[in-house]
Amino acid sequence: MDNRRKGALGLAADTPLERFFNGVITENPTTVLVLGMCPTLAVTTSAINGLSMGLATTFVLALSNLVISLLRKVIPDTVRIPSFIVVIASFVTLVQLLMAAYLPDLNEALGVYIPLIVVNCIIFGRAESYASKHGAVPAFFDGIGMGLGFTMSITIIGLVRELIGAGTVFGIQLLGEDTIVGGAVGSVLALYTPVSIFVLQAGAFLVLGTLMALMNRIRRKQEEKGKDVSKYKSGGCMNVDPVLPGEKEGDK
Amino acid sequence: MSTISGLLGILIMSSLINNVVLSQFLGLCPFLGVSKKVDSAVGMGGAIVFVITLASAVCGLLYKFILLPLDLTYLNTIVFILIIAMLVQFVEMFLKKFVKPLYESLGVYLPLITTNCAVLGVALLNVSDEYNIIQGIVNGFATAVGFTISITILAGIREKIAYNDIPESWKGTPIVVITAGLMAIAFTGFSVLR
Repeated sequence: MDNRRKGALGLAADTPLERFFNGVITENPTTVLVLGMCPTLAVTTSAINGLSMGLATTFVLALSNLVISLLRKVIPDTVRIPSFIVVIASFVTLVQLLMAAYLPDLNEALGVYIPLIVVNCIIFGRAESYASKHGAVPAFFDGIGMGLGFTMSITIIGLVRELIGAGTVFGIQLLGEDTIVGGAVGSVLALYTPVSIFVLQAGAFLVLGTLMALMNRIRRKQEEKGKDVSKYKSGGCMNVDPVLPGEKEGDK
Repeated sequence: MSTISGLLGILIMSSLINNVVLSQFLGLCPFLGVSKKVDSAVGMGGAIVFVITLASAVCGLLYKFILLPLDLTYLNTIVFILIIAMLVQFVEMFLKKFVKPLYESLGVYLPLITTNCAVLGVALLNVSDEYNIIQGIVNGFATAVGFTISITILAGIREKIAYNDIPESWKGTPIVVITAGLMAIAFTGFSVLR
């Protein structure tokens, strides 16, 4: 085996930089791997909520990846899943307490979704598929990259929903009657009526559905060009197909 | 507020108005993944009702009699997730050994529920909404019933969608997510019951 395998963007595999870009671009958890949909839908009512949820997840992801990677030779294979859960849950509790102490408003806005980072499948997925098999440094940067990729995606989704649904960007009124932009541009922007369904629950589904259709299209185009599209997942954890009663067992 | 009407309020609130999937976005994975056929959707719903009701009872008892007296409430996330993972395993083994028919209808869905955010979410919401144990169990049951209602409706719609001519890029998950969005619009109608 050639040690200098090529990874994301043609960089040498498993170096910190390669891991970083792999998470942010090549294997972006939201758009490419389609993982962690619950927080993606729930907290993207505004860009700032998306950003803070993303950063909280990044923190947990990087540190749990680091610790799990350091402990990978100590943890017996049979009890690895409970062990990962304990490590992840400890960091989530840490974030939860820090946010309650220093950012009470944000903690209020994100509510139950902060402790629910525990069951975010990105974190568990990275622990299982990367951190438990690689050294501490690449695992840590894998967490940072994946976390920031997730942050980027949900901030952009939040930005879109906020702009269409309320006419604001990070809480600053840009579109609609109360726009802060003056002059002729401002009077044009004032004509916009916010479509409030986009900040409601239904809007989350509509935006995500559109995003997924877009990714499907990109995947098809790449497939036509003959590129390898195996890394794209079209549903992540959503495509669990249980062996149904009456069907043949052992197919899965 | 008398107890019965209070419980009834929780029942309607959690099953319809604050529907767990369509309004709180919990349990999306099984909602989108196991809704291809009505039969499997109902099976999944049954398993969820069973596990969530049991988990809210166990977590409620644990919180009240162990975490609160020992002043360890900040550990609730860690404790709850481990208890739920253990509980699901235990229920699976128990059903396999003693209640064979129930295991055959629910068994395949149980492993999928272990890390379902709806189960942990309900346990945590019971604590943050300061429900007592009875209210917590009713809330868990109602949430799960709400899940069953919405996944069954979605599965019914998906069985029909399967025969439609959908643009290539929208096939698969995207159209299901959009369908869920339209259902969410319909479910906002329940907010007048509030």
